[in-house]
Amino acid sequence: MNALRQHRRLDRIWASAPGFRGWFSTVNHTDLGRMFLVTAFTFFLIGGLLAMLIRAQLATPDSAFAGPEIYNQIFTMHGTIMMFLFAIPTFEGMAIYLLPKMLGTRDLAFPRLTAYGFWCYVFGGTMLLVSLLFGIAPDGGWFMYPPLTGPIYSPGINTDFWLIGITFVEISAIAAAVELTVSILKYRAPGMSLDKMPIFAWYALVTALMILTGFPPLILGSVLLEVERAFGLPFFQADLGGDSLLWQHLFWLFGHPEVYIIFLPAAGVISTILPVMCRTTLLGYGWIVASAVALAFLSFGLWVHHMFTTGIPHMGLAFFSAASTLVAVPTGVQVFAWIGTMWKGRPELRLPMLHLLGFFITFVIGGLTGVMVAVVPFDWQVHDTAFVTAHLHYVLFGGFVFPILAAIYYWLPHMSGRKRFFRLGGIAFALIFVGFHVTFLAMHWVGLLGQRRRISTYEVEDGWTLINFISSIGGFITAIGIAIVIIDVIIQVFAATRGERNPWRAGTLEWAMMTPPPSYNFATLPHVTSREPLAEDPGLATRLARGEGYLPAPEEDWRETLTVEPATGRPDFHVIYPANTHLPIVMAAVTGTFFLSLLLKVYWFTPFALAGVALLALRWVWVLGRREDLPPRAIGRGLEVPTAAAVDRPPGWWGSLFLLIANATFFGSLIFGYAFLWTVAPGWPPPALLAPSLVELAIGLGGAALGTVAARLATRANRKGGAPLPALAGAGLGAAMVAGACIAFLLRAPPPAEHAYSATLFILGGYGLFHAGLALLMLGFVSAQTVRGYTSPGRRAVFPIVSLWLDYLALTGAAILLAAHLPGMLG
Amino acid sequence: MLAGATAIFAMVAILITLAFRRGRRAEGKDEARSVRVWILGLGLGFSMTILAALLGFGLFIGERLLPRGGEEVVTVGAEGRQWAWTFRYEGRAPTEDVLHIPAGRPVDVAVTTTDVIHSFWIPRLAGKLDAIPGHTNILRIEADSPGTFAGLSAEYSGPGYDSFSFSVVAHGPAEWDAFLAGQTE
Ligand code: HEM
Ligand SMILES: [Cu+2]
Repeated sequence: MNALRQHRRLDRIWASAPGFRGWFSTVNHTDLGRMFLVTAFTFFLIGGLLAMLIRAQLATPDSAFAGPEIYNQIFTMHGTIMMFLFAIPTFEGMAIYLLPKMLGTRDLAFPRLTAYGFWCYVFGGTMLLVSLLFGIAPDGGWFMYPPLTGPIYSPGINTDFWLIGITFVEISAIAAAVELTVSILKYRAPGMSLDKMPIFAWYALVTALMILTGFPPLILGSVLLEVERAFGLPFFQADLGGDSLLWQHLFWLFGHPEVYIIFLPAAGVISTILPVMCRTTLLGYGWIVASAVALAFLSFGLWVHHMFTTGIPHMGLAFFSAASTLVAVPTGVQVFAWIGTMWKGRPELRLPMLHLLGFFITFVIGGLTGVMVAVVPFDWQVHDTAFVTAHLHYVLFGGFVFPILAAIYYWLPHMSGRKRFFRLGGIAFALIFVGFHVTFLAMHWVGLLGQRRRISTYEVEDGWTLINFISSIGGFITAIGIAIVIIDVIIQVFAATRGERNPWRAGTLEWAMMTPPPSYNFATLPHVTSREPLAEDPGLATRLARGEGYLPAPEEDWRETLTVEPATGRPDFHVIYPANTHLPIVMAAVTGTFFLSLLLKVYWFTPFALAGVALLALRWVWVLGRREDLPPRAIGRGLEVPTAAAVDRPPGWWGSLFLLIANATFFGSLIFGYAFLWTVAPGWPPPALLAPSLVELAIGLGGAALGTVAARLATRANRKGGAPLPALAGAGLGAAMVAGACIAFLLRAPPPAEHAYSATLFILGGYGLFHAGLALLMLGFVSAQTVRGYTSPGRRAVFPIVSLWLDYLALTGAAILLAAHLPGMLG
Repeated sequence: MLAGATAIFAMVAILITLAFRRGRRAEGKDEARSVRVWILGLGLGFSMTILAALLGFGLFIGERLLPRGGEEVVTVGAEGRQWAWTFRYEGRAPTEDVLHIPAGRPVDVAVTTTDVIHSFWIPRLAGKLDAIPGHTNILRIEADSPGTFAGLSAEYSGPGYDSFSFSVVAHGPAEWDAFLAGQTE
């Protein structure tokens, strides 16, 4: 087949529906990546607009522009939008767009999940915007400390918008993180072993794993606070055995890693672009990977430095202060590796490079002030002043916005297939750079003079007038710069002349295709032998388009790709993707009604929404089934691999594994909360403990064991061609026994609104019950598939997945029952 | 601290600028040497040295600020609420929004709250410490000589936060006795 016919054939298979209607049914990563990015930048503009309002308010003393009630909403929403609706989704969008191309494959692991995550993000974000429009937006500051945000001091709906809307949006973060992790580990071009992965993929992998372990504590905190607000379960009320410090721990367990979740993708961008701008290769690839991993680990040990003023014991302060300074070491390694890269090559001052220089200057200053605030006595002075706000913007703007601007200018030719037209970029950079530093140098200064953060006004006597005025001017200059960037981008996308294919002469695979990229990325998949395949073989793109790689000439109208063994990059199995569908957007909308019913307190509707989600989820997996075995596929180069249905570790198994890692972090945080309240909160031990019952415990633990064992037996029976149904029924009995044991103690426990102890038991029991129900649903699904002839030894992939979930149920179920019954036995 | 930070910043800036020198021969092939210089030397060695020094300094200062027992210590209570402070003393009626302390003697302030989280801060006397529901935090302060100091609540606490402040009056020995006897307000 020649290149053009190959292109037509593939495009017909992969293209989304034409026009804007295609947006609602597309599952293609290129489309969704672009949609993510456009939405995220829209939120950036809204957040930026709010920043301008803040600076307008603070420009003059005794400002009458907005009263504190409105001002509090403005700064809370500014921080919330920037962190949750701009920074994280920008990473997701960038990774979704770029990764399959860089990794030499055709799409991400779970295309429909990408779309589902996107729509959850759009709907959740819209909820927050609606609250802003109606002037009932969250107003507790972006970290929402209770009791200020609790039912007593914030009775309005404002806080609920935050807790529910952000949790809705977090679904998209978790979905994207699962998706990216599995994609990076499994969905690469043959031959691309881990050490040949482009550096951006490493950073994205570390970031995704951090999202999986960093976000669950926040989700748990939001659930607990919302339950407290809606039903009076006193997790954060000191007089009923709760403790507001629990929120701070949960929030910063998320919040500190969050900073690195934002920084690492930006560092990935720098490590990718900088060597190209310097016509060389990255210095110390292995060291950089190691320091990214080290940063990830260290960042989970640092959360307490946000709580230095809460009366943490002295030893704790010393430890966390030391750890907080230690985290600067891997950051230092990366920065010096980048400077070394510049020395190794010949840096050229092109536009992306300008923004990288902006990054260096700004981020190094932010890092240095960060090390200063890690010194406890200094933090005691500047904590909660404008100094901290300024530091935070040096890190976030320097460490994220500048690299993203570099990325925009670097990859825009890839997205648009065009060259820059006017030379607006340089002016924009100058304005942004100068404006930013004026704004926030001034804020450092006024913070040292004692201006607190989050005040809506100050007085002439404070003597801060001039500095604040200068700072506001700087803010507006920055805004003008950003506006010029937008104009520049719009011109390039819609009006500029066509550009050449690989304008920067980069070596990574995303440039080995037409620009703008075709829907299927690569007509055939490359065999990768080095880190920069295009540098070794400039003709690669043409050869792939002519059909000289893997998976030439599609036989059926399938969207297909290959997976590899994670470490070695040897071809593993063959995957057939689902095609365009409205299922994701419908499912996201139904998920939205679940959250809306909680927000508007129409609780009778909640079960219906949940049932709707469950039904759609069943349909989601059901349509993947087949009634006949597929033979192994010949993939070219004389190789043959099995299809995904015939392996023991299918994509769904990998996806479940990482989802369960996030889930386990959620559960672990819950257990941490329980232990924390027990040991630190005032008002413990509780007035009455649950009376332990050996019978219930035995039934529950027995059910847990039965569930895992029977699920394994079912897997084995099916693989050997036997009848899996009896074993599946046994597993169902096991799950039902766990559920029964949970219900039993829930019924006997003291009323949940009485004390944080019984409230926690309530959540633990609910968690166990939910997972037992989930297991039953899955077992029912597999049984139905078996009865209808959808399973066979050659179509066995669902069994290990269900088995994994039953293992998880067994572990958490046992932990829950022990946590409920043991205290009564010991005490 | 500021001088050190400026020096490090200047060093980084110079290194970056030098990379752009015209006519410089790219360091080129000797990757192993570059790794030794940039990553082991500067990245690991340099960063660790600086941080160790800083950390030692921080712990040293922190140690000095720690409350220690002693005969002379006066204990007062500071109870925050939206948006006022009540200060309590041993053997005297409480005061509102004005904290009285003796000058030249260490004072332990027991910081508490009756509603949301507040933070007790007298910029010129000590760092800040939070008032957290259900917990009592102790802050050691000491005013060298009599006078009035401004105090602030430094944790965001809702609409009245803007002007949520208090003041501290440090008395000489005679005045302090008079205050305790209830003669000054
Ligand atoms: C156009 C540039 C920006 C300007 C002029 C700006 C300005 C400000 C100002 C003045 C505050 C302090 C509000 C107060 O304490 O009263 C603030 C808070 C904040 N900003 Fe920005 N900002 C900008 C961009 C960003 C970006 C890009 C991010 C994150 C990626 C961000 C995240 C935050 C956060 C988290 C807060 C804290 C909100 C809170 O206290 O609850 N900002 N911003
Ligand atoms: Cu932190």
